[in-house]
Amino acid sequence: MTPFAGSDLPLQITYLIAAILFILSLKWMSSPSTARHGVWAGEVGMLLAILGTLLHHGIVDYRWIAVGLVLGSIIGVPLGLVHMTAVPQRTALSHAFGALCVTLVGTSEFYLRAPHVPPFMMSVLSAEVILGSLTFTGSLMAAGKLEEVLPQRPITYKGQNFVNLLVLGIAVVVAVILVRHPEHTHLFPVMLAIPLIFGVLMIVPIGGADMPTVMSLLNSYAGLSAAAMGFVLDSKLLIIAGALDGASGFILSVNMSKAMNRSFSNVLFGAFGQEQAAKGAAGEEAKPVKSATPEEAAAILSAANNVVIVPGYGMAVAQAQHKVRELYDILTKRGVNVKFGIHPVAGRMPGHMNVLLAEADIPYDKLVDMDDLNPEFPQTDVALVIGANDVTNPAARTDPSSPIYGMPILDVDKARTVMVIKRGMSPGFAGIDNPLYYLDKTLMLFGDAKTFVGDIVRELGGTGHG
Amino acid sequence: MVQTDLVTDLYVFILAAFIGFEVIRRVSPLLHTPLMSLTNALDAIAVVGAIILAGEGKSTLATILGTIAIVAATSNIVGGFLITDRMLKMFKTSRPAKP
Repeated sequence: MTPFAGSDLPLQITYLIAAILFILSLKWMSSPSTARHGVWAGEVGMLLAILGTLLHHGIVDYRWIAVGLVLGSIIGVPLGLVHMTAVPQRTALSHAFGALCVTLVGTSEFYLRAPHVPPFMMSVLSAEVILGSLTFTGSLMAAGKLEEVLPQRPITYKGQNFVNLLVLGIAVVVAVILVRHPEHTHLFPVMLAIPLIFGVLMIVPIGGADMPTVMSLLNSYAGLSAAAMGFVLDSKLLIIAGALDGASGFILSVNMSKAMNRSFSNVLFGAFGQEQAAKGAAGEEAKPVKSATPEEAAAILSAANNVVIVPGYGMAVAQAQHKVRELYDILTKRGVNVKFGIHPVAGRMPGHMNVLLAEADIPYDKLVDMDDLNPEFPQTDVALVIGANDVTNPAARTDPSSPIYGMPILDVDKARTVMVIKRGMSPGFAGIDNPLYYLDKTLMLFGDAKTFVGDIVRELGGTGHG
Repeated sequence: MVQTDLVTDLYVFILAAFIGFEVIRRVSPLLHTPLMSLTNALDAIAVVGAIILAGEGKSTLATILGTIAIVAATSNIVGGFLITDRMLKMFKTSRPAKP
């Protein structure tokens, strides 16, 4: 019944060592200098746990295990080698795989045990299957949106939250019936199918800017479903790994929702993409903006002492990070102090910008968190915004009527000069006008981020040689 | 007997969650992306449950679902550790020695 129960001590000790290594693994993630030890600790723990399990006496047939391990490795290697820009969709896909594993194991456990399932067992089994299956389809949807095979535009309709909650509510009711009467095995597929639908419905209203929060939330759900599976199998190791993952996803979700000034309950109930209504609220007539050429931008940058570059998703889309590195190199060589201002929700998943900039060989001590950087903006000569919008919108600080009022932003408007690289004057994701663009000290640099930064670099390089 | 197992499991869950909060709160925001891929790989320890299902041969359904579950979890283990390490390798401090 409980394959992990204390029959053989060596296996239990192996699992205990694996659990300790997992905790150390996360502990070492606290700093980039020790983080790679964390990966090794995780790998060793995983290897020990798998080897220990393979020697478990309950196993009579290794053929299918071998097939699974080999096939999984064949699929896993390319997923580990994707390009850095594809990391968000890869992560979403791996949430889906994790949830799939948990759901399938939960399903077989139910049919192995039915109809005699004790109430508590049935409760955790239901939690496992419901969380697992909604995470499975939800993560697939998120991956599809990130990979742009599905429309990225949020699809909203009236009463959406009501419909979603109703669907989830039905699943919970079915689960309760099954807990009381596990002999109604025909209800199990229903309990499996409804969360699959809910997972799709949950992600339909999600737009790009909400992705970091959603990714964190799905991460948390995947962890909790694994922990529930640990209860079903009475595996302490799985409970620990699931709890760690659940806690990690939860912390990231709270961070992300704070960074977007959403309440956590707002996030939990999937009330994303609600800000669409704000479109066109600001003044309609075209206000004058000042624009500048790459030559002018280069001249201003080379005269500066302190420069802060604020990257956003637009930089990732334009693949401009390597050109940005060239700009960083050439400015640093001229004695300009260059830093990068990273907003927690910039990009499509937590920490997305850091990975892209690190890939472009920008040293991580130059990547500065919003809270640490904001006090420095008044001493900053030039703030260069590349493909970021809402996270620099001063209306979040000054205009109580703005839908993003209260959201913490990077205070680029306090820098002496602001330059914004942008394709055109279209508003950002939330459809909110950005007063930053109309400031006297703001220069708009219209064009593709990669081309424009490249042009600035060429200008700087040219004057450097001359 | 079963009841005490459950209570022990609950203790383990709660304590692990607290450890998780304390440890992960200290993770630098720089590393939030690799953190997510690492926890994802660790989560795939669910593979041990799948291995037992596929290996015990209790029913055809369990063997089939268990095998698919092994594939899904193993791809997360291999891919997750691989990409986490690749990402972490890229994080260098000021003025790295260029090859």
